[in-house]
Amino acid sequence: MLARSQYYLLAALAASFVASLFSGSFNSYFLDVAVTCGINITLAVSLNLINGYTGQFSLGHAGFMAIGAYSASLLTTNFGGKLLPLVGGQTWIFFPLALYAGGVVASVAGLLVGVPTLRLRGDYLAIVTLGFGEIIRVLLQNVDAVGGARGLIGIPDYTTLFWTFGLAAITVYTVWALVNSTYGRGFIAVSNDEIAAEAMGINTTRYKITAFVVGAFFAGLAGGIYAHFKQYIAPQGFGFDKSIEIVVMVILGGMGNNVGVIIAAILLTVLTETLRQFGDYRMILYSLLIIVLMIARPQGLFTWTGWKRKSA
Amino acid sequence: MPPLLELDRVTIRFGGLTAVSELTAHVGGHELVGLIGPNGAGKTTVFNLITGVYQPTSGDIRFAGESLVGRKPYQITGRNIARTFQNIRLFPSLSVFDNVRVAFHLHVKHDAVHSLTRFRAFHAEEKEIAAQTMELLDIFDLGKFRDEPAKSLPYGSQRRLEIVRALATKPKLLLLDEPAAGMNPTEKTELTKLIRFIKDKFQIAVLLVEHDMQVVMGICERIAVLDYGVKIAEGTPTEVRANPKVIEAYLGEEPTPG
Amino acid sequence: MSEFLQQLINGLSLGAIYALIALGYTMVYGVLRFINFAHSDVFMVGAFVGYYAIEKWHLPANSIGGGLLALAMAMAICAALGVLIERFAYRPLRGRSTLSVLITAIGVSLLLQNVAQNRQIGFGPNPKAFPNLFPYSNFHLGALTVSSNQVIVLIVTLVLLAALYFIVNHTRTGTAMRALSFNPTAASLVGINNDFIISFTFALGSSLAAAGGILYALNYPSIDPLMGTLPGLKAFVAAVLGGIGNLPGAAVGGVVLGLVETLVVACGGSTYRDAVAFGVLILILLVRPSGLLGKAEREKV
Repeated sequence: MLARSQYYLLAALAASFVASLFSGSFNSYFLDVAVTCGINITLAVSLNLINGYTGQFSLGHAGFMAIGAYSASLLTTNFGGKLLPLVGGQTWIFFPLALYAGGVVASVAGLLVGVPTLRLRGDYLAIVTLGFGEIIRVLLQNVDAVGGARGLIGIPDYTTLFWTFGLAAITVYTVWALVNSTYGRGFIAVSNDEIAAEAMGINTTRYKITAFVVGAFFAGLAGGIYAHFKQYIAPQGFGFDKSIEIVVMVILGGMGNNVGVIIAAILLTVLTETLRQFGDYRMILYSLLIIVLMIARPQGLFTWTGWKRKSA
Repeated sequence: MPPLLELDRVTIRFGGLTAVSELTAHVGGHELVGLIGPNGAGKTTVFNLITGVYQPTSGDIRFAGESLVGRKPYQITGRNIARTFQNIRLFPSLSVFDNVRVAFHLHVKHDAVHSLTRFRAFHAEEKEIAAQTMELLDIFDLGKFRDEPAKSLPYGSQRRLEIVRALATKPKLLLLDEPAAGMNPTEKTELTKLIRFIKDKFQIAVLLVEHDMQVVMGICERIAVLDYGVKIAEGTPTEVRANPKVIEAYLGEEPTPG
Repeated sequence: MSEFLQQLINGLSLGAIYALIALGYTMVYGVLRFINFAHSDVFMVGAFVGYYAIEKWHLPANSIGGGLLALAMAMAICAALGVLIERFAYRPLRGRSTLSVLITAIGVSLLLQNVAQNRQIGFGPNPKAFPNLFPYSNFHLGALTVSSNQVIVLIVTLVLLAALYFIVNHTRTGTAMRALSFNPTAASLVGINNDFIISFTFALGSSLAAAGGILYALNYPSIDPLMGTLPGLKAFVAAVLGGIGNLPGAAVGGVVLGLVETLVVACGGSTYRDAVAFGVLILILLVRPSGLLGKAEREKV
C-alpha cells in the first residue's frame, strides 16, 4: 500500500521517463531550456526547505551545487574508466550512483556549514553562507586537480530528461513529505518562533541542521545533473549570482510554498532566456525586475495570504 | 518525597543587575501557586530560569528531584514542564490545529525517515495525534477554528490556544505567564475557572505569574511575592494580603485595575 | 623591525579605507537594521566620478586643489545616489521583513554593477587606469618608504572621521540619528522626521564610501565596475568586527582588518589575502557575535 502522495511521485517519474523516450524529437533549444528548468526546480525547492520552511536565510546554495557537480564529475570523468565496468558498463546504474555520491559530499558540507553557524540569524547567517559559497569558489579556482579556474571538461553527457525531472520530482516529494507530518511541522515552527518552538520541546538546532543537510544534498544532486548536461563546469558558474538567482526563485514563489516556488523556477528560467535578446541590457532588466517585484509583492507572486514575519 | 519543583537559592545577574536574588521556593505535585510582584520584580525571569532560557548564576533548580541547570529549553519541556508567554508566542502562520499538533512532537515516534516512507504505522500515529489534538481543541472550544491560521484568532482565543498548546506537551507542571493580561473582567472570570479546570482535569501543578491581584487571590492556594528579585513574603492569599511588606512593595504603584 | 613598521603603515592606510566604507554599513544598519548590499557599488561609483573628473571634465591632475575638488564631487554625487537608492528602492519596503529588504539591496547592487558595465549608458566593462589626482612623491624615513598617497589617505580619513564625530555628537541632526537608531518609534513620537534622518544617514554613509573609493583608487589605480565587491565585503566584515551599528567600532574594525590583512600578506600568505576577511568574519561571529565594541542584544522573552 502506497500513500497517495507516493502515487503522484511514481506518476511524475513515469512521465519523466516517457518524456525522455521522446527527447530525440524535441529541438535542442527546447531541450536545453527544459533541462535548465528541471535543475532550477530542484535547486529552488531544496532551498525552500532551508529558507522557506525553516526560515534560515542561506545565500550559499550554489556552493553546495558546485560541490555536488565537481564530486560527481570527478567520479564519472577521472574514474569512469575504472568504475563503469564494475557495474557492467551500465550508465543507468553508474550515473545515479555518481550523482548520489555528489549529493552526499554536498550534504556533509551542509553539515559543516550548518553546525557552527546555526546560532546566527537573518542577515548574519546570510553573510556567512555567502562567505562560504565564495570560499568554495575560490578553493575550486586554486586546486589544479579539478582544473582550477579553467574548470573541468570532457564530462560525459549522461543527463536526460528522465534524470532531470525524476530528480525534481523526488526533491519536491521529499520536501513535501518532510514538512507534512507532525514531525515536519517542527520546521515551520522553527521559522515562526524559535523560542516558542524550544518551549514546545522542539530541538531547533537539529531541525536546522536537518534542513541544511537535506537541502545541500539535493543541491549537490542538481549540480551533478547540471555538470553531465553542460559537459563542462567552471568555478565561476557557481558564484554568488547563481545563489541569488535561486533565492529570488524561492522568494518570488513565496517562502514555504512549493507550488509557487516551482512555478517561479520555471518562469524565471524562461524569462532569463527571453531576456537574452536584450544583450547587454539583460542583467539590468533582471535586477530592475527583482527590485520592482520585491516592492510590489514581497510575499511572493503566488502567495495570497503571505505570512508576516517579524522584521528583526 | 521532594516537592515537584524546587528553587534552591537561585540567583541570576545580568551585568551588574541582580534580577533574582537567592530565591528559594517550591511547588508541590498538584498545587496552584501564584508568583506576584510589582513590575520588574523578576517574575518572568524566574520562568525563564526554570525553562532554561536563562541559566542561573548560582543556586539550583530541581524538578522531581533532578537538577534542571544546564539543560536546554526543549530538554526541560521534555521533562514535563510547559509554559505560556507573557506576550503570546504562537506559531502565527500555522493553523490552530497545527499549533497544537506540533506540540505533540515529544510524544511522536515517527521522524524524518518515517515522514518520507509513510508506512502504515506512520498513518496510524498521525491519525491518533489528530484525534488527540481535536479532543484538546474541543475541550477548550477551539475546534471550530481548527484550520484558521493562529494569527487570525481573536486575542482571548489566542491566549487559550497557547495554553492548549502547552498542555499538548503533556506537562506535570504548567507555567502561566500573565494569562490575564489584556483581558476584560468577564474574560478574567472565565480564565480563573479555566485554570482551576485544567488543574483538576489534567491533574497537574500550576505556577502562575500574574499582575492582576483579583485573579491570583481568587485561585491560588499559595502565593510568593517578589520585589526587586527578592522574595519578600509567602503564604496563603489572606496572609499575603495582610503582609505589611507586600503592601509597601505595591504602594506607589498604581492600583491594578480589574 | 623596519619591515614590520613598513607593513604597519601599509596596513594602516588600507584599514583607513575599510573604516570609511564600514562606517556607511554600520550607520545604515543602525537606523534601518539591514545590510545595504549596494554600499560597495556606491564606493565603485565614487572612484569612477574621480576618474571622470580628471579625464572627461578636465580638472587638473597632480594638484591638491583638483584632487580635493574631485573628492568633493565624488562625495556629493554619491550622497545624492545614496539618497535616491533609499528613496526609491528601500523606503517602499520600510517595515517589511529583513529578507525582502536584503534581496532588494542585492537587486540594487546588481543594477549598479550592470549599468556601470554597460557600454552605452555606463562606464563599460573594461578596467580603467586611475589618474593621479594629487602630486605624487615618496618620503623616506630611514628604511621606511611612505608614499604621498598613503599620507593623503590618512589625513583625509582623519578629517572625515572628525567631521563625522562632530555631526553625530554635536548637531541636532546627529542627535536625531542616534535617537532613531536607539528607538525609531520613540524618535518619531518626539517629533523627529524619520524619513529625513534616514535620507541624511544614507547621504552621509554614501559620501564616506565615495571618499573611500577615491582613496582606494589612488593606491590601487585600476578601476572597474566590479571593484567594489571585495573591499565592500571586507568593510562589512570590519563593521561586524567592531560591532555593527557602532560608529567607533566600525572605524576600529576597519583599521584592525587592514592591519591583519597586510600582515598576513607580509608573512607570505598573499594567496589567502581575500580569505582573511571571511576567516575573521566567521571567527568573530562564533566567538563574539556582538563585535569588539558592540553590546549583546538579548531577545526579550
